[in-house]
Amino acid sequence: MGSEAAGAPRDAAADGSAASPVDATPDTPSLPDIARRETGGWLVPAAAFVLLCALPIVVAPYTLDLVLRIAVYAIFALSLELLVGAVGLVSLGHAAFLGIGAYAAVLGSGDDGAPLIPLLLLSVGAAAAYALAVGALSLRTRGVYFIMVTLAFAQMAFFVVHDTRAGGGSDGIFLNAKPVLRIGATTLLDLGQRLPFFYTVLAALAATYAFLALLLASRFGHALGGIRVNETRMRAAGFSTYLYKLAAFVIAGALAGLAGFLLAVKDAAVNPELLAWNQSGVVLLMIILGGIGSLRGAVIGACAFTLLTELFQSDALLGPLAAHWQLSLGIAIIVFVAVLPKGLIGIGARWRSLVRG
Amino acid sequence: MDLATFLVQCLNAVQYGLLLFLLASGLTLIFGIMGVINLAHGSFYMLGAYLAFALAPLFGDWYVARLLVGVALAALFGYVLEWAFFSFLYERDHLQQVLMTYALILVFEELRSILVGNDVHGVAAPSWLSGSFRLGELMSYPWYRVFASVACVVVALGLYGVVHRTRLGMMIRAGASDRDMVRGLGVDIRLLYRIVFAGGVALAALAGMIAAPLSSVYPGMGSSVLIVCFVVVVIGGIGSITGALVASLLVGVVDTFGKVFFAEWSGAGIYVLMAMVLVWRPEGLMKRGV
Repeated sequence: MGSEAAGAPRDAAADGSAASPVDATPDTPSLPDIARRETGGWLVPAAAFVLLCALPIVVAPYTLDLVLRIAVYAIFALSLELLVGAVGLVSLGHAAFLGIGAYAAVLGSGDDGAPLIPLLLLSVGAAAAYALAVGALSLRTRGVYFIMVTLAFAQMAFFVVHDTRAGGGSDGIFLNAKPVLRIGATTLLDLGQRLPFFYTVLAALAATYAFLALLLASRFGHALGGIRVNETRMRAAGFSTYLYKLAAFVIAGALAGLAGFLLAVKDAAVNPELLAWNQSGVVLLMIILGGIGSLRGAVIGACAFTLLTELFQSDALLGPLAAHWQLSLGIAIIVFVAVLPKGLIGIGARWRSLVRG
Repeated sequence: MDLATFLVQCLNAVQYGLLLFLLASGLTLIFGIMGVINLAHGSFYMLGAYLAFALAPLFGDWYVARLLVGVALAALFGYVLEWAFFSFLYERDHLQQVLMTYALILVFEELRSILVGNDVHGVAAPSWLSGSFRLGELMSYPWYRVFASVACVVVALGLYGVVHRTRLGMMIRAGASDRDMVRGLGVDIRLLYRIVFAGGVALAALAGMIAAPLSSVYPGMGSSVLIVCFVVVVIGGIGSITGALVASLLVGVVDTFGKVFFAEWSGAGIYVLMAMVLVWRPEGLMKRGV
């Protein structure tokens, strides 16, 4: 991509990718920028988290369900943000890990349900294991080829659950009993109940966010940023970049598996659509919409995309237009692209530049 | 499997592969020269198929005239589309273009639903191509499929001629191997982009028009073919038209015979092929440079 953004001064360091006009490394802020933004402003995410915790007091169950969906997709989007934003690896097969996590949760709990911790470990572990295999092979390629190899592996997983008996075919499988955390005879946490599940998802989102923020601020995160900006130079400096990228890929897969686990428990069912390529496309859209290069952007993108979809599907607000919600969504996205080059996260800067003239 | 069945499957594989080539050649050029990951390419295929459906009553048996008019309309459409939606995106991040093309899919799909509805429509092959010929004792093969293959070969040869024998083709090849150098040499890259995009749209629409009598026209037909096209482009090597030809025939064979021999696992076949090719050759079969 380097050639496209050759005019941008901060891209001057990214000469490693300039040779290929089709390299799809995103045009993200340079390294010190992302670190400062993520470790600095803890206030806004913390405030948002507190507000969300208070939410069940005021809103109806339907809204709560919507918030849950947004939170699960936010975890999913955050996991992809680690790849796209931090390392510059654009994956179009991320839904495979979501789906594998979800299927592992359903297949692992059987008819009578399963204890929470082992089931969660199974989900995350299965997704991470597949990510290890996919990453080991696909990280040999780069740019658009990487996008397509990840897509290929996701499609293989899709056809395995879609066409074989173990995956339940195109109808999917139901989750009969939701996981429960017990010590002895006392039930500590029952994910079948609404409020405990809501707080579990919120805790998972907060933990994912904090984990990724710390990861990006760590030495490992800085190495990833260095790989994004100039992999050749990092290799010359003595980093085995392949292993760093593989580690990031596995972590991202594991977090997507966590999102899949929560999604399976929330919906009490899984189907092959979870692994379909448009699911991978949608999560990529979420982080592009939010603005690549910051964790906050991923959360904002997941939120905005889900809300927009919900809004345009609403009969009450839009009447007959709701039947053609994809048209409204498409036009909205086109307007976003035209007006907000840096995604929703860039809205403040964009506004300031407009005001200043 | 007897010889006649085998022959029929071979013909099917080649015909499918050639059709994929029409789609993939446009995609690979847009990819290789403009650097745009065009998710909306499947929509142009759908556009072509619906054009064939809409133009059918007007032209009757003037089938070739119908194809030409359809291609001209599609090229015009592509030219305007590039001007309206892509011309301001080249300086931006590639992922913004992905977002834009995704939005275009949604818009096209809904416009199709509003204008034509959600029914499946058949499109009749012209009467002078409606028969079939015998192949062995039991099998027969429709003439229209033969025509489809021949038409694709003619277009492929024409494309080869344009790319390798004309000044425009020279600029396209140069653009595929080094865009910045072409720009530096004073070629109007904007115009080149617009022409390449219009050409890509026209090729995809032509594929749709040729495919319409074979597969009928239905909602979502674009997205099912889109991913297969990307597979072809990547196996062939981005920006390489020869690579796209080899890859589409390969994908045609793997898909057709996969369905015959391993019905249950056939869906994953082409992806396994792609993964194998890319592990062997991480930049596709033929590198850039048409």
